[in-house]
Amino acid sequence: MTDTLLDTKDLSVRFGGHVAVDAVTCGFRAGELTAIVGPNGAGKTTYFNLISGQIAASAGKVRLEGRDITRRGVSERCRLGIGRAFQLTNLFPGLSVFENLRLVVQAKRGRGTSLLRLAGADREVAREAEAILSQVRLEPFAAQPVSELSHGNQRKLEVALLIALDPLVYMFDEPTAGMSIDEAPVVLDLIAGLKARADRTILLVEHKMDVIRSLADRIIVLHNGALAADGPPAEVMASAVVQEAYMGRELDHG
Amino acid sequence: MIQLFSGDGPRSRILALILIAIGLGLAFAPFLFPGVRALETAARICVFIVLAASYDLLLGYTGIVSFAHTMFFGLGAYGVALASTHIGRGFPALGAGTLAGLAAAVALALVIGLFSLRVRAIFFAMITLAVASAVTVLVSQLSALTGGEDGLVYQIPRALGPAMRLDLEIAGVTVTGKILNYYLVFCVALVLFLVMLRIVNSPFGRVLQAIRENDFRAEAIGYRVVRYRVTATCLSAGFAALAGSLWAIWLRYVGPGTTLSFEIMLDILLMVVIGGMGTIWGAAIGAVLMVLAQSYLQGLMGYAAGASEAMPILSRLLDPDRWLLWLGVLFILSVYFFPTGIVGRLRARAAR
Repeated sequence: MTDTLLDTKDLSVRFGGHVAVDAVTCGFRAGELTAIVGPNGAGKTTYFNLISGQIAASAGKVRLEGRDITRRGVSERCRLGIGRAFQLTNLFPGLSVFENLRLVVQAKRGRGTSLLRLAGADREVAREAEAILSQVRLEPFAAQPVSELSHGNQRKLEVALLIALDPLVYMFDEPTAGMSIDEAPVVLDLIAGLKARADRTILLVEHKMDVIRSLADRIIVLHNGALAADGPPAEVMASAVVQEAYMGRELDHG
Repeated sequence: MIQLFSGDGPRSRILALILIAIGLGLAFAPFLFPGVRALETAARICVFIVLAASYDLLLGYTGIVSFAHTMFFGLGAYGVALASTHIGRGFPALGAGTLAGLAAAVALALVIGLFSLRVRAIFFAMITLAVASAVTVLVSQLSALTGGEDGLVYQIPRALGPAMRLDLEIAGVTVTGKILNYYLVFCVALVLFLVMLRIVNSPFGRVLQAIRENDFRAEAIGYRVVRYRVTATCLSAGFAALAGSLWAIWLRYVGPGTTLSFEIMLDILLMVVIGGMGTIWGAAIGAVLMVLAQSYLQGLMGYAAGASEAMPILSRLLDPDRWLLWLGVLFILSVYFFPTGIVGRLRARAAR
């Protein structure tokens, strides 16, 4: 498959005697949104950490466009095109909403090293940050410190930072966690909008079945750290094994 | 002008007035406050503004705690002292000493940073404490080179000494080499301060703030956090060394007590905290307050003790020997009432 952007081969990590991710081999194609599901403790977030580099693999490989990046650090993987939004909101709390976005655009463009220019004078970076700010409808809060933002808006900004980074691989870890029913659609629309980008791939860890049904092109199921199922949503959700053993009751309600 | 230079103004009218007052006061200090004592205080303020601002670069902007700031300050000072002793009196010695001190400070900061900033911020604090203590001991032991506890007394160019008198009188004050020396200190300090203000508002400076706020995420959006931290450490050390060189040029004496002592380290810390961390402007205000308190609190208390002689307990509390106690009380009150420092407090007021 030539259009596989990201793939993991026998990717494993052990914490002491516990195998948290167990030899997961899986490819992610461009233009595809893959939902990663599984019960709590199945290793979904750990799998994410291995891909984005927060945790070092015990064995196996992570490859981006066929290139082995298993030994690369977090910031280098990011510069190569792996972008991640976090499950627990993970922003720059004392800085303004606009500055949060501006910092991401500045990072993407590699303009963080200049010492004597003024950050505010870089109109290109500022314009791009402004564009994303309006795309996620956070303009009214531009000057507010992030710490004063509502939880819903913080989640929105979390997603916006990733959009600003515009990576090859978008990784969302429960992007709507803790959001109210009327707030969640904004974030989901943003993610749906990203699917139009045929040269990107999106990974989504999510518990809510309605979200998965509306967004996912494919579902993979992790159980005890291992890949338990992989296929189109209807097929995976229908499989009785998955329903009983891995999805628990949530799927029955979904 | 400052607005144009860094885009980071005081953002509070009261703060702006205070800063203008400080700026004007220092710019015309020799003529506004004649007398040796006042000039000494003004020069000390200039030097400590730079020193405290350079520490703010580290503590307030990058969120790194270092206890080695006086060591870098001392390296700059001893650079000038040693060069003046060995090369001989003159401007070349001042220049060579300043550059040597600067290079030594940046190199040492680089080594300490690369060695310890990869691990944990607390580890860095401990390493700096250890290295700074070692250097202090080394300086007092190597008396053949450094003069030990007695320090070094050396000569600076005639043009900067009190013996040189110009045929010029301004506002009833004869312009001497000492005043020229003061203006050297003032101008260099002003330039260094403005450069630091510029740096913290540069793209680089913003990354430092991002690292302070959330280093994990800064790394995850693509910044090499360790490199930024090490660079910030080197910059901060460099500015501290330059402040030390200025101090040495002004004092014509360098000893462990005037540059390396732990008390000075605490002074710097308090200046930054009282003025307001992460603002650079706060360093200026903190330095002015601290130096003034250290220079004049004792005198003021002596006066108050004399005036309250009728009340024995009060008089004893106000005894000039108790000045440290009162300084301590002032610190506790200011940290309690202005946790974000004076600048933070005034800006919050203006924003309302």
